[in-house]
Amino acid sequence: MKRRQRERTLLLTGWGRTAPTAARVVRPRTAEQVAEALAAAGPRGAIARGLGRSYGDAAQAAGGLVLDCTGLTGPIRLDTERGEVTAPAGTSTGRLIDHLLERGWFVPVTPGTRHVTLGGAIAADVHGKNHHADSSLGAHLRSLTVAVPAGGVRRVGPDGDGADLFWATVGGMGLTGVVTEATLSVLPVETAHMKVDTDRTASLERSLELMSADSGHPYSVCWVDLLAKGAAMGRGVLTRAHHARVADLPPPLRRAPLRHRAAALPAAPPEMPFGLLNRWSVGAFNTAYFSAAPRRRRSEVRPAASFFHPLDAVRNWNRLYGPRGLVQYQFVLPLGAEDTLAAVMEGLSRAGAPSFLAVLKRMGESVPAPLSFPRPGWTLAVDLPAGLPGLGPLLRGFDEMLLAAGGRLYLAKDSRTDAATVRAMYPELPAWQRVRERVDPDGVLVSDLARRLELVRP
Amino acid sequence: MRDSTGRVRTVLLLGGRSEIGLAVVERLVRDGAREVVLAARGGAADPPGTLAALGATLHSVDFDAALPDTHTATVAEAVSLVGDLDVVVDAFGVLGEQSEYEADPAAAARAAAVNYTGHVSAGLAVAARLREQGHGALVVLSSVAGVRVRRFNFVYGSAKAGLDGFAQGLADSLHGSGARVLVVRPGYVPTRMSAHVAPAPFPATPGQVAEAVRSGLRSGATTVWVPRVLGPLFTGMRLLPRPLWRRLNR
Ligand SMILES: Cc1cc2nc3c(=O)[nH]c(=O)nc-3n(C[C@H](O)[C@H](O)[C@H](O)COP(=O)(O)OP(=O)(O)OC[C@H]3O[C@@H](n4cnc5c(N)ncnc54)[C@H](O)[C@@H]3O)c2cc1C
Ligand SMILES: NC(=O)c1ccc[n+]([C@@H]2O[C@H](COP(=O)([O-])OP(=O)(O)OC[C@H]3O[C@@H](n4cnc5c(N)ncnc54)[C@H](OP(=O)(O)O)[C@@H]3O)[C@@H](O)[C@H]2O)c1
Repeated sequence: MKRRQRERTLLLTGWGRTAPTAARVVRPRTAEQVAEALAAAGPRGAIARGLGRSYGDAAQAAGGLVLDCTGLTGPIRLDTERGEVTAPAGTSTGRLIDHLLERGWFVPVTPGTRHVTLGGAIAADVHGKNHHADSSLGAHLRSLTVAVPAGGVRRVGPDGDGADLFWATVGGMGLTGVVTEATLSVLPVETAHMKVDTDRTASLERSLELMSADSGHPYSVCWVDLLAKGAAMGRGVLTRAHHARVADLPPPLRRAPLRHRAAALPAAPPEMPFGLLNRWSVGAFNTAYFSAAPRRRRSEVRPAASFFHPLDAVRNWNRLYGPRGLVQYQFVLPLGAEDTLAAVMEGLSRAGAPSFLAVLKRMGESVPAPLSFPRPGWTLAVDLPAGLPGLGPLLRGFDEMLLAAGGRLYLAKDSRTDAATVRAMYPELPAWQRVRERVDPDGVLVSDLARRLELVRP
Repeated sequence: MRDSTGRVRTVLLLGGRSEIGLAVVERLVRDGAREVVLAARGGAADPPGTLAALGATLHSVDFDAALPDTHTATVAEAVSLVGDLDVVVDAFGVLGEQSEYEADPAAAARAAAVNYTGHVSAGLAVAARLREQGHGALVVLSSVAGVRVRRFNFVYGSAKAGLDGFAQGLADSLHGSGARVLVVRPGYVPTRMSAHVAPAPFPATPGQVAEAVRSGLRSGATTVWVPRVLGPLFTGMRLLPRPLWRRLNR
C-alpha cells in the first residue's frame, strides 16, 4: 500500500500578503503523487502552488488542498542540438538560468524575479522585458506534461492532439491541471552580461516615443515616477539591452565570460510598521532614483542577474508594505489607447498613491492561449499599499476606463477585481471553460482566485 | 471571500432586524457585498429597501436564538443560499428591565439564554463552517456592559460578560484556521433596544458602530470599542475598588 502524503494545514497568501486563507498542504515529489493528491482532494478542491510569487489569491484554496509543487525537482536536461531544455515544473527560473548560463544558454523569457517555478511561470504565461520582440513564455514552450483530474498524466504540445489542453494550460492559472514537466526552447548566449543603454525621459510622451521606435533592442523597460506632477508626469528611466558578446566585455571579464552570480540577498526587516511607505518617503526615493540615473548612457556592461532581477537583491521586500500588504495593479492597453494610459497614470498621481514600482513596457505579439494576458500595446504595473484609503473604488474606476478602451488586467497580479470585469476583458473565457470542463468535469481544480472571479462553476 | 481591498461578497446577519446589525450590513454592501442573508424569528419580512437599492440580493431565513438545536441547520441553510460566508454578524440580543428580571427570575433566565447561550450555539455553528471553508470573519456584538458588570443591569451585563469571554476564546480556537472573530464593544447606542433607558456618556450611532466594524475587519483587529475612548475608560473602571464602583452606579 502507498503511504499517504504528509499534510499540514497552513495559512497562505500571495506575494501581496493580503487575504490569507487556510488549506491543507501536501508536497508531491512525482507526477504520480500529484495524480494521487488530485484524486484525494476532498469537497473543497485542490490547486497547485509554486513559489507564491503571484500577488493575489491564485495559488491558494480556502478549506481545500494545495499542492506545493516546489518538490517537483530533478535533473535539468539540456539538448544543445535542438536548442531546448526539459525540466521538472518545480524548478525555479533562477536555478534554470544558473544551469543554462554556465553552458552558454539562456531562458527565452524571465519575469522580474528569479524566484518563480517553471509551473507557475507557465500557468501565468509570464512575459519579460523582451515581450515586444519575443512574446510570452507560451511562444517558446515545446511540450508540457500535465496531470489532469480526469485522465491522469498527459503530454501535450502547441499543435495537434491535445493542443487545446496545452493552450488552456498556458495562462490557465493552474485550473486545467498540474504541470509536472516542460520542454522549452533556449537561447544561445556568449556571456552572462548585458549591454545596456539608459535614457532618462522627461515625460510620458517621450517615454512612449522612445519605446515605440524600433531600436532593435530585444529587452526594454521603463521605470516611471508616478509621483511627479504636471508636465513631468510619467518621466522615467528607460533601459534597453542586448545580451553582450565576448567582444563587448572589458578584458578582465573576457576570461570567464559566462561566470555569473545571482544577486546577493540582504533581507528586508521582518515587518515594517505601517506608514513607513508614504507618498513623501516614496516621492523622495523616486526623485533620488530619477536624478541618479544617467541622462543618457550607451553600452554599459552589466551582469544579467542585476539587469533582469534587481528586486531580488532585497529579500522579502514585500514586507516593507507592513501587515496590510500590497496590491499590484497591472494592465495592458492596446496601441492607440495612450490617452487612457495617461488618464490612469494621472489618476494614480492625483490620488497620491505612493508607488515605488511603476513599470511601463511595450508588448508585442500574443499567443493563442485564451487566458494569456499579454496583448500588443502598453502594460503598466504599479505596486500600491493595500491599506491605502479609497483603494477599492480608485481601482474599480480604473477597471472601467480599461474596459472602455479594450484593456485587460493580469490575473497573476490581481487580488481585487470582480467576475463581470474579467468576463468582459477575456472574451475567450467560455472557450477555455469548455476545455476545463472536459479535463476536470467534477470541478476538482479551484483556487480562491477562481472562486472570486467565478472562473469555475460554483 | 474577502479581497485585498477588504471587499466581501456574502454577509449573514444573525438578528436580521437589529438596527446596529443592519447598519453594519449596509456598510459592507456599500463596499461591495452582494449577497445578504437576514436571519430572524419567523424570517426577516420587510427588510430595509436601502440594501436592495444598493445592489444587494437579500435572502431571509428563520432563526430563533432560544432554540439552540436549530442553529447548525440555520447556518447550513445560509450556506446553501449564498455559498461561503465571508462575514457573519452576530447582533441578536434583548436588554429588558432589570427590575422586571428581579421580579421574574424565569424571565431573567430566558433573557440570559438569548444573550449568552444562544450565542454559544450560534457562534460554534458559525465557527465550524468558517473553519471548514478556511476563511471568514465572525463579528460579535458584545458591550461595555459586560466589561465590568453594574448593579443596575447585571442580568444583561453578566450575559454580555459571558458572551465576551466566549467570543475571545472562540477567536483563539480559530487561530490559524483562516477564520477570525472581531469582538465589538459599543457603549450606549440609541436604538429600539435602548430606547427605554437613559442615555449614557459617550454615545455612538449605529453608523459609527458600522464604521468601526469595517475598519476593524480591514485592519485585522481582534477588538473594537465604539467610540474608541471607551477602551481606556473601561479598562480603568475595571480597576476601581468595589465600594466606589457601587456608588458610581446607583
Ligand atoms: C518581484 C516580482 C516580479 C514579477 N515580474 C513579473 C514579470 O516581469 N512578468 C510576469 O509575467 N510576471 C511577473 N511576476 C509574477 C510571477 O511571474 C507570476 O505570478 C508567476 O506565476 C509566479 O510563479 P510561482 O511559481 O511563484 O507561482 P505561484 O504564485 O505559486 O502560482 C501562480 C499560479 O500558477 C499556478 N501554478 C503553480 N505551479 C503550477 C504547476 N506546477 N502546474 C500548474 N499550475 C501551477 C498556481 O495555481 C497559480 O494559479 C512577478 C512577481 C514578482 C513577485
Ligand atoms: N443599543 C445599544 O445601546 C447597544 C449597546 C451595546 C451593545 N448592543 C448590542 O448590539 C446588538 C444589537 O442591538 P441593537 O441595538 O441593534 O438592538 P435591536 O435593534 O433591538 O436588535 C436586537 C435584535 O435581536 C433580536 N432578537 C431578540 N431575541 C431574539 C431571539 N430569541 N431570536 C432571534 N433574534 C432575537 C431582535 O429580534 P426582533 O426584531 O424579532 O425583536 C432584534 O432584531 C445586541 O447584541 C445588543 O446587545 C447594543
